Amino acid sequence: MSAMLLPLADFTAPKIEYNELAPLLVVFGAACVGVLVEAFLPRPLRHLVQLAITVVAVVVSGVLTGILMNGKKELLAAQGAISVDGPALFTWLILLALSLISVLLFAERSIDGGLSAFAGQAAAVPGSEAEREGTAARIEHTEIFPLTLFAVGGMMLFAASNDLLVLFVALEVFSLPLYLLCGLARRRRLISQEAAMKYFLLGAFSSAFLLFGIALLYGYAGTMSLGGIADALSSDTGSDTILLAGTGLLGVGLLFKVGGVPFHSWTPDVYQGAPTPVTGFMAACTKIAAFVGLMRVFYVALGGSRWDWAPMMWIIAILTMVVGSIVAITQTDVKRMLAYSSIAHAGFLLTAFVGLAQAGSGVHNGITSTQAVLFYLVSYGFPTIGAFAVVTLVRDAGGEATHLSRWAGLGKKSPLLAGIFAFFLLSFAGIPLTAGFTGKWAVFSAAWTGGAWPLVVVAVLSSLVAAFFYVRVIVLMFFSDLPADAPDVALPGWQTTSAVALGLAATVVLGLVPGPVLDLAARAGEFIR
Amino acid sequence: MNIGWLTLLLLLPFVGAIATMLVPKAKALTAKQVALGFSLVTLVLTAIVAIGYHRNGAEDYAETHTWIKAFGAHYALGLDGVGIVLVVLTALLTPIVMIASWNDASHGRWSEKSFFAWILGLEALSIGVFSATDVFLFYVLFEATLIPMYFLIGGFGGPQRSYAAVKFLLYSLLGGLLMLASVVGLYVVSAKAGEPSYLLSDLMKLDISQNTERWLFLGFFFAFAVKAPMVPFHTWLPDAAGEATPGTSVLLVGILDKIGTFGMIRFCLGLFPNASEWATPVVLVLALISVLYGALLAIGQTDIKRLIAYTSISHFGFIVMGIFALTSQGLTGSTLYMFNHGLSTAALFLVAGYLISRRGSARIADYGGVEKVAPVLAGTFLFAGLSSLALPGLSPFISEFMVLAGTFSRHKVIAVIAVLGIVLAALYILLMYQRTMTGPVRDGIEKLKDLNAREVLAIAPLVVLIIGLGIFPKPVVDIIKPAVDETMQRVGVTDKAPQIPVTEGQK
Repeated sequence: MSAMLLPLADFTAPKIEYNELAPLLVVFGAACVGVLVEAFLPRPLRHLVQLAITVVAVVVSGVLTGILMNGKKELLAAQGAISVDGPALFTWLILLALSLISVLLFAERSIDGGLSAFAGQAAAVPGSEAEREGTAARIEHTEIFPLTLFAVGGMMLFAASNDLLVLFVALEVFSLPLYLLCGLARRRRLISQEAAMKYFLLGAFSSAFLLFGIALLYGYAGTMSLGGIADALSSDTGSDTILLAGTGLLGVGLLFKVGGVPFHSWTPDVYQGAPTPVTGFMAACTKIAAFVGLMRVFYVALGGSRWDWAPMMWIIAILTMVVGSIVAITQTDVKRMLAYSSIAHAGFLLTAFVGLAQAGSGVHNGITSTQAVLFYLVSYGFPTIGAFAVVTLVRDAGGEATHLSRWAGLGKKSPLLAGIFAFFLLSFAGIPLTAGFTGKWAVFSAAWTGGAWPLVVVAVLSSLVAAFFYVRVIVLMFFSDLPADAPDVALPGWQTTSAVALGLAATVVLGLVPGPVLDLAARAGEFIR
Repeated sequence: MNIGWLTLLLLLPFVGAIATMLVPKAKALTAKQVALGFSLVTLVLTAIVAIGYHRNGAEDYAETHTWIKAFGAHYALGLDGVGIVLVVLTALLTPIVMIASWNDASHGRWSEKSFFAWILGLEALSIGVFSATDVFLFYVLFEATLIPMYFLIGGFGGPQRSYAAVKFLLYSLLGGLLMLASVVGLYVVSAKAGEPSYLLSDLMKLDISQNTERWLFLGFFFAFAVKAPMVPFHTWLPDAAGEATPGTSVLLVGILDKIGTFGMIRFCLGLFPNASEWATPVVLVLALISVLYGALLAIGQTDIKRLIAYTSISHFGFIVMGIFALTSQGLTGSTLYMFNHGLSTAALFLVAGYLISRRGSARIADYGGVEKVAPVLAGTFLFAGLSSLALPGLSPFISEFMVLAGTFSRHKVIAVIAVLGIVLAALYILLMYQRTMTGPVRDGIEKLKDLNAREVLAIAPLVVLIIGLGIFPKPVVDIIKPAVDETMQRVGVTDKAPQIPVTEGQK
C-alpha cells in the first residue's frame, strides 16, 4: 500500500502564481463560461449574455493587468513557462483594449438590417434554402464571442510565453478560433470560406515549420525554456548547424504570423475574405501578439547569436517594407489595400526590431527597440480597427462595397465618414500630428540608434510609396464626382460608432501628446529571462 | 513681458479657421467676413509683435515647454530677424489674398467657407514654422502645412487640379521624408551626447563628426531644395501654381516656398555650418542653373500662371545663391529678397488672376491690347512686372543687388553669369506685357472690365510697400542684420575685406 504511494510523495505540485496570471485566467475562464452559455441558455438570450460576459471579462482582465503594472514585480510564473514582465503586461493591456473595440464591432447588428456581420448558420450551404430560413429566423452564431475570448487569451499567452512549448500551444490556441472566425462572413460566404481554408492550410504549414524549429533548438540546447537556450548559446556547446536551422525555421513560423515578406501571401486573401470586424481584429491584435512573441524569442533566447540572424532580418525588413508598399499600389479593393499596408507596417516594425537598441547594451540613453515597437503597435492598432470599422459602413445591396472605385465621391456623400477615414489613412502614411507619425519616428530612431540607418533610409522611401496609395484613396473620396449608383453609408449603431470614435480619439491623442504612452512603454523595460 | 505672444499669433488664425467652418453653409458671405476679420486681427497682432521685437529684442517672445520627453521634443517658439520678417510677410499676404480671391472659390469643389478656412489654417501653420525653435516641432509643422495646401490646390483649382495637388504632395513628401531620416539622425547624435533634445540651442552645441554632419545636412538640404524649389526638383511648382487659384498660388510661392530658403538659413547653416561650407560649390552651381533655366523656361511659356511660376524658380535661384555665398551682404540680401519676392510675386499673381478671371483663359495668345480697354489693370500689371524684374527704385532691386554684390565678393564667375538672369527677367516680363497688353484689341477682350474697388484695395498695400521699401529699406534691413551676423558667426566665415582700402582722403 505504502509502496504504491511512494511516487506520489516525490511529486511536488507546481507553483502557480495565480495573482500574476489572473488576467489570463479571467479571459480563459470567461471563454469556457461562454461555451457553457451556448449549451444551456435559450437562443434569444445568448447574444446579450455572451456580449456581457465578453466585455466584463476583457474589462476585468484589463483592470487586473493595470494593477499588476502598478505594483510591478517582474517574474517568471508557472515554473518559468510564462514571463509576466513589463513588455508582457503592456502587450496584454493593448491587446485587451483593442479586443474590446473589436468585440463591439462583432456585436454590431444595426448596419445590415438587424443582422450581424457573421453567418447565421455556418453549416448551411451558401445560397441554399436552409441559409434563407436561418436568416429569416434571425439565427446567429453567438459562439463568436467565446471564440474571440479564446483567441485573445491565446494571444496574451503567446506574448508572455517564456518557453517554446507554451509558445506553440498559445499559437494554436489563438489561431484555431481565428481560422473559424474568418469563415463566418454573412455576405460573400464563398470568399470567406476560401479565406478560412487558405488561412488554415498555410497556418498549419507554418506551425509545422515552427514546431520543427522548436525541435531543432531543443536538440541544440536540451531545453525548451528561452532562458535555457540563451545559456546554451553563451556556453556554446551544441552544433551550430542545428542552431542555425532551428533559428531559421522558428523565424519562418513567427514571421508568418507577423506577415513578413516572403511569408505574407496569406494576408491579402484572408483579410479580404474574412468578415470585416474580424479582419480588423486580426490586423491589430494578431500582429501585436506575433510581434511581441517574435521579439521575445529572438531577444531573450537567441540574443546571443544576433550576428547570425540580424543580416537575414535586415533583408526581410527591407523586402517587407518594399513589397508591402509597392504591391499595395496595384490593389483595387479597400480591404486588400489595407492588408498590404499592414504588411508594410510590419516592415517598419522590423526595422526597430533589427535595430537592437537595448537599454542594457549601453549604446545610448535614448529610445529602445522594445519601447519603440510597443509604442508603434499601439499607434498602429487603434487606427487599423477604426479604419476597418469605417469599411463596414460603406454598403450597397451586396453588402460592403469594398471595391475602391465604389468609394469615389464618398466625401460628397458623407464628409464626416470620409474625413475620418482620410484621417486614419494619413495616420498610416505617417503625416505629423497623427499617431502614425510618432510611431514611425519611434521605430526609425530605435533602428538608427542601433546603427541600422540604411534601413531608415529604405523605410522613409517606402513611406513615400505608401503615402502615394493612401493619398490616392483620399483623392478618390474627395476629388472625384459621386456616381449615380454610389453605395450607401449605413447608419452605425452605438457599437460601431464607439469603435470608430475610440480609434479616432487614440489616433489624435497619440499624435499630439504621445508622452504618457511612450513613458509607459519605456517603463515596461526589457524582456526578462 | 512674455505672455505667449507667438502662441497667440499661432492660435488666432486656427481659431478663425474653426469659426469660419462653424458658420452655416447658407451664409457664405458671413463666413468670408469672419475669416477676413480673423486674418486682419492677426495682422494687427503681428505688427505689435514686430514693433515690440524691434524695440526690445527677441527675449520677450521665446517660449519653451517640454512636449514629448522621450523624443526630446519641445514646444518652443522664438523669433530672430529672419523669422520675424517671414511671419510679417505671412500675416500681410493672408488678408490680401482673401480680399483678392473674394469670389474665386465660388466654383470650387467645396463650399467657399472651406477655402477661407484652409487659408487660415495654412497661415497658422506657416507662422508656427517660421517661429519654431525646436527641430521636431519645425518638422511637424513643416509637414502639416502640406495638408491645407493640398486641399487648396485640389479643391479649388483648374481642370488638372487633382493631378497637380498629388504631384505637389508627393514631391514635398519625398523631401520631407528624407528630412525625417535626418531629423531622426539628429536625435541619435543628441542622445549619444547625453540627454536627447531637439532644441536648436542644444543642437548647436553638439559636436557632430564630419561624415555624419554631411549626411544629415543632405537630408535637410534636399527637403528645402524641393520646397524652394531648385532645379532639378522644381517640376511640381509650375503644375501646382498653374492649376491653383491665383490666391492659392500666392500663398504657395509667396509663403510656403519660403520655408525652403528659410530652412536653409536656420537649419542648414545653423546646425551644419561645416557641411554647408563643404556643399557651397555644388549648391551655387545648382542655384545658378535655377536662375538661368527658370528664366529661359519662363520666356517660352504660353500660360501666364506657369510663366510666373517659372520666374519664381529663377528668383529662388537668386535667394539660394545669396544664402550660400556666405557673405553677410548676400545673406541679408537673400532674406530681404524673400520678403520682397513675396510682395512682387503676390502682386503679379493677383493681377494676372484678375485678368484671367475676366477672360476665362490663362493663355497669353488669348490676350492683346488690354491696356486700351482696362488701363488700370494694365498699369498694375506693368508695375507688378517691373517689380518682378527688379527695376531700380522698387524694393526687389535692392535685394537682388545685395545678393549679386554679396556673391561677387566671394564667387566672381558665378555672380557674373547670374547677372544674365536680370537680362532674361526683363525679357520674360516685357514680352508677356507686350503680348497681352499692347497691340490691337483681340476678340473677346473688347468688353473687359477694369479693376473694381475691391481688387484695387487688395493690390494697393503691395504697391505702397514695394515703392516704400524700394526707397527706404532700412527698417527691414535693420531687423534682419543681427540675425544674419549671428548666422555668419556660426558658420565661421567673415566677409572679405574690400580690396581697395578706404583711405583717409575718401573718408
